[in-house]
Amino acid sequence: MAGEAEGQGLSFHPMDQFAVKPLFGDALNLTTVTNVTLWMAIAVLCIFVLFVLGTARRAVVPGRMQSVAELAYGFVHKMVEEVSGHDGLRYFPYIFTLFCFIVFSNFLGLIPGALTLTSHIAVTGVMAVLVFLSVTIIGFVKNGTQFLGLFWVSSAPLALRPILAVIELISYFVRPVSHSVRLAGNMMAGHAVIKVFAAFAPLILMSGIGIAVTPLSILAITAMYALELLVAFIQAYVFTILTCVYLKDALHPGH
Amino acid sequence: MSNTTTALSTATDAAQGQVTEAAGHAAAGTPGMPQLDFATFPNQIFWLVVALVVIYVILSRVALPRIGGILADRQGRITGDLEMAEKLKAKAAEAEAAYNQALVDARAEAAKIVAATRADIQADLDKAVAKADAEIGARAAESARRIEEIRAGAVTAVAEVARDTAKAIVAALGGTADEKAVAAAVADRMKG
Repeated sequence: MAGEAEGQGLSFHPMDQFAVKPLFGDALNLTTVTNVTLWMAIAVLCIFVLFVLGTARRAVVPGRMQSVAELAYGFVHKMVEEVSGHDGLRYFPYIFTLFCFIVFSNFLGLIPGALTLTSHIAVTGVMAVLVFLSVTIIGFVKNGTQFLGLFWVSSAPLALRPILAVIELISYFVRPVSHSVRLAGNMMAGHAVIKVFAAFAPLILMSGIGIAVTPLSILAITAMYALELLVAFIQAYVFTILTCVYLKDALHPGH
Repeated sequence: MSNTTTALSTATDAAQGQVTEAAGHAAAGTPGMPQLDFATFPNQIFWLVVALVVIYVILSRVALPRIGGILADRQGRITGDLEMAEKLKAKAAEAEAAYNQALVDARAEAAKIVAATRADIQADLDKAVAKADAEIGARAAESARRIEEIRAGAVTAVAEVARDTAKAIVAALGGTADEKAVAAAVADRMKG
């Protein structure tokens, strides 16, 4: 299919949108200002505007921005309290930081031409490893060796317990992988698909079949974009709630 | 750096071959995807850590305490208002109870007054009835006495008439009427 399309002059570069490029010059080292820096700065700016400027009036009857800020606060606060328990609220600022960063990255990534930060495994991986390490340390600090009870399923028959322990141990160490790949994969896939459809759109300028293909591809872009809006929020939600679940396991290791 | 760009172009070439499975998982194995360009990792991670720290500082130092304060303030105000409403409601219930009590008292008072009045009237009535009875009794006795007098008068008159008549009859028959004998006979007859 791609070859046929290329024969007609279509160009498919669905992954180009994810490229990390220095904004000034060519060299890339640790602190080079890149498009990653730019979009992270925009995300930070948006968070600042929404949560600091939006709530500056401290109105008892909130305006639009303050409503959204309060809604986000209440949403994550309730999630942490319900999933991790009341003592999980100590870690609410950290979880809220992750949620805000992911949700803003996801939505900003939907702006045409933007870089989707959360489609990068480096970004989601660091966050997942951060969660994994913090949760493991919290688990051992709070519960000592009792934290290992998480892997010893005391409700199962004794003969099965060693086998289950191995399975639990493996699934525990797979957590950061699934945690990060789920988010990055979802964000990357949707954006790549949109880009593929977009590559079909100019077909009308090149060939007769474009009369049918171009409207279809535009329709598909629109539909995918709507789906991506949903996915952008859902994946932020999933990442956050999984963090809460892991935190619950660390605070209350019993099954 | 030119390595990176060539890696990028090979990545896009590879991706072109599998547009139908552009979903990341399938393509994740192919080298050269921007996501797997490890040369950019330190830079991305550096900026990610900076961004997360800045966001954390903004949120935990300023935004979250403020929003928490706003929500607590609102909750407090709502609780206060509800308490006030509860208090006012209790007051209203109290007032209603007092009103009902007053109503009950007034009813009892009215019933008492009605009963007293009724007793008074009953007493007056009884007195009047007794008085009337006494009068009626007296009048009846008077009438009975006069009837008795009249009856006594009538008997005397009848006896006189009978004696005169008897005397006249005796005289007509040519006898001399013995005054005493006639009177005795008349009295004897009248007794029978």
